[in-house]
Amino acid sequence: MGSHSTRKDRTLGEVLRSRGISRRSFLKFCATTASMMALPPSMTPAIAKALENAKRPSVIWLSFQECTGCTESLTRAHTATVESLIFDAISLDYHHTLQAASGHAAESAREAAMQENHGKYLLVVDGSIPLGNPGYSTIAGISNLDMLMETAKGAAAVISLGTCAAYGGIPHATPNPTGAVSVEELIKDKPIVNVPGCPPIPVVITGVLTHFLTYGVLPELDHLGRPMAFYGQSIHDRCYRRPFYDKGLFAETFDDEGAKKGWCLYKLGCRGPTAYNACATTKWNDGTSFPIESGHPCLGCSEPDFWDGGSFYKALSVPTEEIAKDALYAGAAAVAAGSALGLMNRSKSTKAKGEHDKVGLEDLNKED
Amino acid sequence: MAINIALDEKFNIQIGNELTQNVKPILHEIRHAMSELIETGEAHAIDLRTIPLAPGEEEHIIQKLGHGEVHAHLDALGKSEIYETQYKGVWVVTHFNTETNILGRFIEITHIPEILKSQQEDIQESQEQLEIELNSYDGKFDETVQEVN
Repeated sequence: MGSHSTRKDRTLGEVLRSRGISRRSFLKFCATTASMMALPPSMTPAIAKALENAKRPSVIWLSFQECTGCTESLTRAHTATVESLIFDAISLDYHHTLQAASGHAAESAREAAMQENHGKYLLVVDGSIPLGNPGYSTIAGISNLDMLMETAKGAAAVISLGTCAAYGGIPHATPNPTGAVSVEELIKDKPIVNVPGCPPIPVVITGVLTHFLTYGVLPELDHLGRPMAFYGQSIHDRCYRRPFYDKGLFAETFDDEGAKKGWCLYKLGCRGPTAYNACATTKWNDGTSFPIESGHPCLGCSEPDFWDGGSFYKALSVPTEEIAKDALYAGAAAVAAGSALGLMNRSKSTKAKGEHDKVGLEDLNKED
Repeated sequence: MAINIALDEKFNIQIGNELTQNVKPILHEIRHAMSELIETGEAHAIDLRTIPLAPGEEEHIIQKLGHGEVHAHLDALGKSEIYETQYKGVWVVTHFNTETNILGRFIEITHIPEILKSQQEDIQESQEQLEIELNSYDGKFDETVQEVN
């Protein structure tokens, strides 16, 4: 960290070649990168071309009111080879947890990187910012607010990593004793990309960094500032248990027949329908599984105010009582047509949307 | 390393059995891609990691495709396994990292997966290397090598 100043002007292609990495290895890297960025495999040659010529951007990583889970998530990513290449591709100039320097030396590394790369560096923030009293969280005697505002000034873009930085997260939960706010509540004049999750999926973190490297711009975002490639679809829509929902088959308790058979966890409070994230396909722990696969409902940790939605085990209030009945009729008419249930469900969710302005966390306490 | 948990009822993880109904459509997609390859020569790839599959379903698809005549191993940033399935022109490409975790798995419908071909840049570099070696090569038999062997 910080010691590679002579390498900063080299492109990623040059860095890799000087390390004896063959073009074939690079193609493999690009194929898995395309997969990671949720791009079709046919994009691999385009990614290879762009990444070859990518310059290593300086990255400053600030950690505020957080638990270091986001950094843990990234550094324990199972795609070790890919991550190490990403870190070869960026110059991580400041990161409390990972850097060797401390105190004044650390702060001067940050200041040096800010000056050297003014207007060009990427700012990654994890943790929320307390506005209640600056003393709640300081680094080298500098309040989180001052450090954020000062560092954001020269940034090309800001990545709010984790639900705390993106939406305030757990520190922001009622009664919010520190007056915690998210990055986007404070920074208004920079492009911000939110990468929520508690913690975010490691490949989503590297996927966003790679996208910036590949295209030099931030990825396409949804209405909550999240990259569409990873947060474009709900957990529910990508869940392998979804066909059970469509058939009206639910686990009612954690140890009933339905739970044992792996039926839908909707009635046990699953936030899958309102949670947008990539867990259902990307999965966790070396691709082993994700919470629903292990029999636990989704907590919706990538959504704003997920901690304030009441019990995690109360069902969302999308009307369900008619689903089982309708599914029976549809099933009798179209046993062979696998898509019939899906189509019916689509009209069902449109109906649900009509009956509720928005199916969100505020509806949580209204049990069906 | 991935923890190999037995997929049984005890852990509340089910072995997929037509759970997502995604197995059949993928096999159909492969069939369509094959006719595309025959008619236009256009290759197609399916990224298995982007499809919501129940536990066991990916293995089910792989099993269905079977093994064919060609099997190759790559050693490039970790191992990769590439083989042609029993359906000619349908390849399974699995990339591992250096810790043998799967990084990605693709079904490619093509004459030969791109990654198997020698790449122009690598050939060029190798040619330069051989040239340098030849410049200092005196044509004599290397005795040190013989001793080692």
